[in-house]
Amino acid sequence: MSSIKNEMKLEFLSKSSNESFARIAVAAFASQLDPTIEEIADIKTAVSEAVTNSIIHGYSDTDGIVKVIARLTDDEIEIEISDTGIGIENIEEAKAPLFTTKSNLERSGMGFTIMENFMDNLKVESISGLGTKITMKKKIKSHERINSKYIEIK
Amino acid sequence: MNVKHFVEDKLLVIEITEDLDHHATEKIRRRADYEIQRFMPKRVIFDFNRVVFMDSAGVGLIIGRYKTACCYGGTLEMVNVSPKLKRIFEMAGLLKIIPIVDSYKEVV
Ligand SMILES: Nc1ncnc2c1ncn2[C@@H]1O[C@H](COP(=O)(O)OP(=O)(O)OP(=O)(O)O)[C@@H](O)[C@H]1O
Ligand SMILES: [Mg+2]
Repeated sequence: MSSIKNEMKLEFLSKSSNESFARIAVAAFASQLDPTIEEIADIKTAVSEAVTNSIIHGYSDTDGIVKVIARLTDDEIEIEISDTGIGIENIEEAKAPLFTTKSNLERSGMGFTIMENFMDNLKVESISGLGTKITMKKKIKSHERINSKYIEIK
Repeated sequence: MNVKHFVEDKLLVIEITEDLDHHATEKIRRRADYEIQRFMPKRVIFDFNRVVFMDSAGVGLIIGRYKTACCYGGTLEMVNVSPKLKRIFEMAGLLKIIPIVDSYKEVV
């Protein structure tokens, strides 16, 4: 990752009403990179997945702190979402499409699949009993487009 | 969430008007089940025309209502599904069991 141009941190209680707050805040921060509407939508969805996972799996609806860090370089956003909840025992199994431990809550097991598809890179770190950290990266391509347009005009 | 009930056609249209995340689906689920079980329509159509945002919670919501309707022999369809939403439904393999229709007015 090239040098960091900007960074922000958010910490909030694991309330489901904060899910929209978190994705809107990250999207607003990301808008500094001049992303397309599609890129913003992808980022919002991926953030919503990770934050919701911390709230419903990590803390199982008890109170805990969800932490979100976002970093911008020239053409990329990196987002870290972490909790100090129950953690994931088997990460590979958890990432498999349609795998869920909460089918009783009408979860579809698509969260990680969506994060993987909507972002360029997904890293899952977790220790059972200690918590989970998700790191996602996405290149903002509109930046390339603007640069090449600029070169053409020159 | 708005509900339109076409009695003669045994059709119930549920229009979602909010962002479909975990927070919102909790309430929508209860209301949708109430309406479906009350009318027991032959067809339930979810209208996504006004949905700007949806994550995996939307998939869970639709599969859950499919099960509610299946109980008494009702069917589920979806209308006005944007490409963004369609991509998520496709990823989950949902379109194999719950079809997207062009317009519910046409098919009534
Ligand atoms: N932060 C977390 N803490 C503990 N367990 C987690 C966490 N995130 C994910 N998991 C585990 O990984 C599984 C898969 O997560 P994923 O988001 O893919 O599906 P889901 O949350 O179960 O369903 P969906 O996201 O479709 O509503 C979860 O069921 C849960 O067991
Ligand atoms: Mg999830």
